[in-house]
Amino acid sequence: MRHVDEYRDEGAATRLLGAIRARVTRPWTIMEICGGQTHTLLQAGIDRMLPEAVTLVHGPGCPVCVTPVEKIDRAVALAGRPDVIVTSFGDMLRVPGSRGDLLGAKAAGGDVRMVYSPLDALALARKHPDREVVFFAVGFETTAPANAMAAWRAKREGVRNFSLLCSHVLVPPAMEAILADPEQRVQAFLAAGHVCTVMGYHAYEPIAARFRVPLVVTGFEPVDLLQGILMAVDALEAGRHEVENQYRRVVTREGNGPAQRLLAEVFEVRDMAWRGIGTIPASGFGLAPAYADLDAERRFDVAAVTAAEAGECIAGEVLRGRKKPPACPAFGTRCTPEHPLGAPMVSAEGACAAYHRYGRDPGSAT
Amino acid sequence: MTEPPPDFRRLACPVPVTTGPTVQMAHGGGGRMSKALTDRVFLPAFRNEALAALHDGATLERPAGRIAFTTDTYVVRPIFFPGGDIGSLAVHGTVNDLAMCGARPLALSTGYLLEEGFPLADLERVVASMRDAALRVGVPIVTGDTKVVDRGKGDGVYVNTAGIGVVPDGVEIAPARVRAGDRVLLSGGIALHGIAILSVREGLAFEAAIESDSAPLHDLVAAVLAAGGPGVHVMRDPTRGGVASATNELAFAAGVGMVLDERAVPVREDVRGACELLGLDPLYVANEGKLLAIVAPDVADAVLAAMRGHPLGREAAVVGEVTRGPAGRVTVRSRVGGTRLLDMMSGEQLPRIC
Repeated sequence: MRHVDEYRDEGAATRLLGAIRARVTRPWTIMEICGGQTHTLLQAGIDRMLPEAVTLVHGPGCPVCVTPVEKIDRAVALAGRPDVIVTSFGDMLRVPGSRGDLLGAKAAGGDVRMVYSPLDALALARKHPDREVVFFAVGFETTAPANAMAAWRAKREGVRNFSLLCSHVLVPPAMEAILADPEQRVQAFLAAGHVCTVMGYHAYEPIAARFRVPLVVTGFEPVDLLQGILMAVDALEAGRHEVENQYRRVVTREGNGPAQRLLAEVFEVRDMAWRGIGTIPASGFGLAPAYADLDAERRFDVAAVTAAEAGECIAGEVLRGRKKPPACPAFGTRCTPEHPLGAPMVSAEGACAAYHRYGRDPGSAT
Repeated sequence: MTEPPPDFRRLACPVPVTTGPTVQMAHGGGGRMSKALTDRVFLPAFRNEALAALHDGATLERPAGRIAFTTDTYVVRPIFFPGGDIGSLAVHGTVNDLAMCGARPLALSTGYLLEEGFPLADLERVVASMRDAALRVGVPIVTGDTKVVDRGKGDGVYVNTAGIGVVPDGVEIAPARVRAGDRVLLSGGIALHGIAILSVREGLAFEAAIESDSAPLHDLVAAVLAAGGPGVHVMRDPTRGGVASATNELAFAAGVGMVLDERAVPVREDVRGACELLGLDPLYVANEGKLLAIVAPDVADAVLAAMRGHPLGREAAVVGEVTRGPAGRVTVRSRVGGTRLLDMMSGEQLPRIC
């Protein structure tokens, strides 16, 4: 497959691993932001091939992992209404709230449907004018433009039975929150290539300068990640702290202008609660005033649904890179993909799910 | 909530409508309409001696060898999909279950669970497809049953088939025979069925149609057994849960480990592309016409050649090796040379969101 196979080439991977080994002289801790990157690292076995001096910790970039419990509870409450069809991406269906997940709501008779695109949810609303279709809009800057497009079209076409349950989050404020934590040990970042495809990477330049950390915009294939790690190690060894771009075949400094303009029209930046982390100022998107009538939380009376996090899950520690999944006492025993206590064990981008699925034993806990 | 008023229309005794375009409750009632449906749809399609006797069950001659016996129920949606339909799938699936025991299929039964309102034209299409599939395999459908449930209580049509087959003397297919050092062979490109089904579900379309690999494997199995003899230790058709689940189940049952080489596993280019787009690992996607065989190392080359010489095994490959264990542990050597655990699938494979 073109544009994929060359980034999964064993020869290229071996050369990059050799270069990393040759460059590294002391221990470094690097955080990959995105859960998609975490999965590639473990699926390809890269975490086991790196020299011991390079430690990778896993970041908060798993959209469903950081979606607050109460948002899930609100989606479940909406699914309980006979007039509502709740639509969502597949990952979200199995993430537990405080009163069950959306699949449970479906089994109890709720109309919950998995879609591949928010525009499919909009099409569903056109097809069922007598029902209310709610799209559970979660994700980072990557998924936000498509969700914004659905809102923009719904407004333009006057589709009145469509609304969004919004829980959008932004990467740069989360990185600042991680770096501002006095206990943090991250020395360099692999920034999420897809987020930067949309937003560019200029917003990271002040972060790199202020916290004196190198930051490499990195792709998602094994060779991308190895090259990103090499660039980060090189910067750390040389004492540089700037933003570099490994994912040049896709990412530019300025990003995708039309997508950014659409985001600016449909959304406004708000303080946002992150599951397991807490509220981070100016770290999320809510619908802008002109789109407020598409806000499911306004349209339906669900604001009263609130919830607290269950006790045992250490998702917050995992999502901030303080602990690795096997350090959790429930990992693989009381918490498994079949019976998840927290979101990171569910999602295709959750670090706990990656460790469990690819067989990283508790010996690798730090 | 108040119950709707009872519908007494069916209690009246009008002249039965026997020629409507859809399935009605009376088609399953055991009366004239049931007989009419059997006479019009099923008997002409499945015509054979045992069925023509119209007894409550079929009687068959007892063959030499041991009997293999299996059953499976088919609920696939949509019922017509690229490369097949629920009728042919119900024959292939059960024939394949028999074949995995090393058995030659001898006879099938079928049960149809129909929903009131299901178009008779669709039923006839499904039954014709089942007939054609059984004819190609050369296995008669010797007994059957039809039931009808109220509209809204079913999903159009569900089909059950059961099958009996004969395991020739000397053929011994069992996980217990698997040994460390055995080779793992796969008969061709994986993940076709799952992707074909996904591609016709709402909202997904690919440039070129990917067709299901639904096919009967008894003949390929016969070729494998002829080439490998007692060196063929165990076989599986990796259906739901794909190659990952099949290898895990076998490794667990046999008390051995397995190492697969990701690069050796055949995956067609367009299927790999579709899996990439959907965020699916082809090792977990369903197949309906692939054979996974674990054979002694000294017959691996002969079995591979036999597979490649068969129309259903042209892309066959050696994809891995059996290890001492730990029991039940299947690992994959990744494309870049790392290793990872290949776990059982948990739940349905979910598409990723970004």
